[in-house]
Amino acid sequence: MEKLIELLKGVRDDVDFSECTTLVDEGILDSFDIVEIINLIDEEYGIEIPAIEIVPENFNSVEAILNMIQRLQEE
Amino acid sequence: MEKSILSYLEKSEQTFPDKIAFSDDKYELTYHELANSARSIGSFLIEKIGIRKAVVVYMEKNARNIVAFMGAAYAGCFYVPLDAQMPMERINIILKTLQPAAVIYDDKTEKFLSLMETDCIKVLYDEICILPQDKEKLEITLREMIDTDPLYILFTSGSTGIPKGVIVCHRSVIDYADWVVKTFELDESTIFGNQTPFYFSMSVLDIYATIRSGATLHIIPKMLFSFPVKLLEFLKEKKINTIYWVPSALSIVANLGALDVVQLPSLKKILFAGETMPTKQLNIWRRHVPDATYANLFGPTEVTDIGIYYVVDREFSDDEPIPIGVPCDNVDALVMDEDGKLVKESGKIGELLIRGSFLACGYYNDPQKTKETFIQNPFNNSYPEKVYSTGDLVYWNENEELVYVSRKDFQIKHMGNRIELGEIENAMSALDGVDMCCCLYNKESDQIVAVYTGNLEMKRLSQLLKKKLLRYMMPNICHRMESMPLNMNGKIDRKKLKDKYVK
Repeated sequence: MEKLIELLKGVRDDVDFSECTTLVDEGILDSFDIVEIINLIDEEYGIEIPAIEIVPENFNSVEAILNMIQRLQEE
Repeated sequence: MEKSILSYLEKSEQTFPDKIAFSDDKYELTYHELANSARSIGSFLIEKIGIRKAVVVYMEKNARNIVAFMGAAYAGCFYVPLDAQMPMERINIILKTLQPAAVIYDDKTEKFLSLMETDCIKVLYDEICILPQDKEKLEITLREMIDTDPLYILFTSGSTGIPKGVIVCHRSVIDYADWVVKTFELDESTIFGNQTPFYFSMSVLDIYATIRSGATLHIIPKMLFSFPVKLLEFLKEKKINTIYWVPSALSIVANLGALDVVQLPSLKKILFAGETMPTKQLNIWRRHVPDATYANLFGPTEVTDIGIYYVVDREFSDDEPIPIGVPCDNVDALVMDEDGKLVKESGKIGELLIRGSFLACGYYNDPQKTKETFIQNPFNNSYPEKVYSTGDLVYWNENEELVYVSRKDFQIKHMGNRIELGEIENAMSALDGVDMCCCLYNKESDQIVAVYTGNLEMKRLSQLLKKKLLRYMMPNICHRMESMPLNMNGKIDRKKLKDKYVK
């Protein structure tokens, strides 16, 4: 979790990732941020996120992002 | 022949009063509601500021903006779209040039009003859209308006820093809307999915083709463009059959594999403009939506939106550039070489000049800049005739189609050779593992700097490019980014990249 938060801070250092659960719903992350995060996950975790997983529910919080990563790692 | 686009609005209002004209995720407006509220706003503006004045529309992007635009038109005024996302610094630069007579705002932009450097009246949209109409004053105003009166000003993103206000009259927009509808066979069954911001010239096609044909336009929520599967589901749900997007938006959808997930049986017309459409991404779309009509449109804000177009009518390999095509009906394209001679033969590169009624009137309150690019037709010494020098380099191919090379200022001299940065970009885009790319030139160090996104390793990129490009065209420095910065219009932000990598 820590590693992920650190990576996300690299994208947006002004966002409180440890607490927020409405990153997408409240428009805190914008379109560029999402694309950057997707590419970051590919690089750092070696996971190419399939299009069907690129949905707001999976990016609303660090927990959601981590869950998605773990789920994809198991496949 | 119409003298005001309001004629198109009222025709559509009479024919389709209760049909949805514009909608977004919060609001929905029928043609009657649109025209009615616009007449209220128009009446108010006639009373308060008079005819032929600048009206800033500073609201969150939604269907109601269109009402405000038409309201300004009813008052014989011209509207200037700004939106809630624009940085105040830029807005104030614009206000300085503009000196508007009124600002129409909404509850989302209200909090920024005190930062705006203007003393003109500021009015809340919700208050003025329900005011009583003054039929008599509206009629008088309509009679006083002529087709060469301005309809709007769009401020260009100004790659050099200071935005320029391109002022466009009713005549040009009427002409343009007629061309769009005729060429792409748009009609009342057209359902648009709008991506482009209203301060960007591409939205002119969306808005006025809709009004002209009594079509429906859905404003796509911006966030959906980061969630391509959700985006395509939106297109499917609303049965959108026509889109006119920037290539970056189409590319993100293609690159993230969303087209494998969602079928789009309704989508029939896919138009694009604003920057070069990478052929590789276009081919991905063509494989998944084979029955649609694809068209590449080309033109600067200074000719309303588009002057040249190409309907994709054959196969292209991933590294073949898509032509920009032929001049629109009632538009003339001239190619001028460095010696000022007219180029007619194929293969010779020259600057594109555009002639015709799509031309804007010029830049508002900037006679100097206007003189530089809205010039006397160099091939006509007999009477005053304006052409617009685009600053774009093109050539005619063997099919008598124009092909875009690059901006005049992207033609560089490197290691003694003349190089088009666009050519290098083209070669890079075609590679597997490159999503988006941009080439810059560092004059001081005489180096070509390539920036790209994608999972292709830099070493491999160099190896593959060596097979495609002449030695002296090879980028000297490569940077790989997680994501490409896009500017407000959704195009690759070259200025940001320059600031980062070439300074």
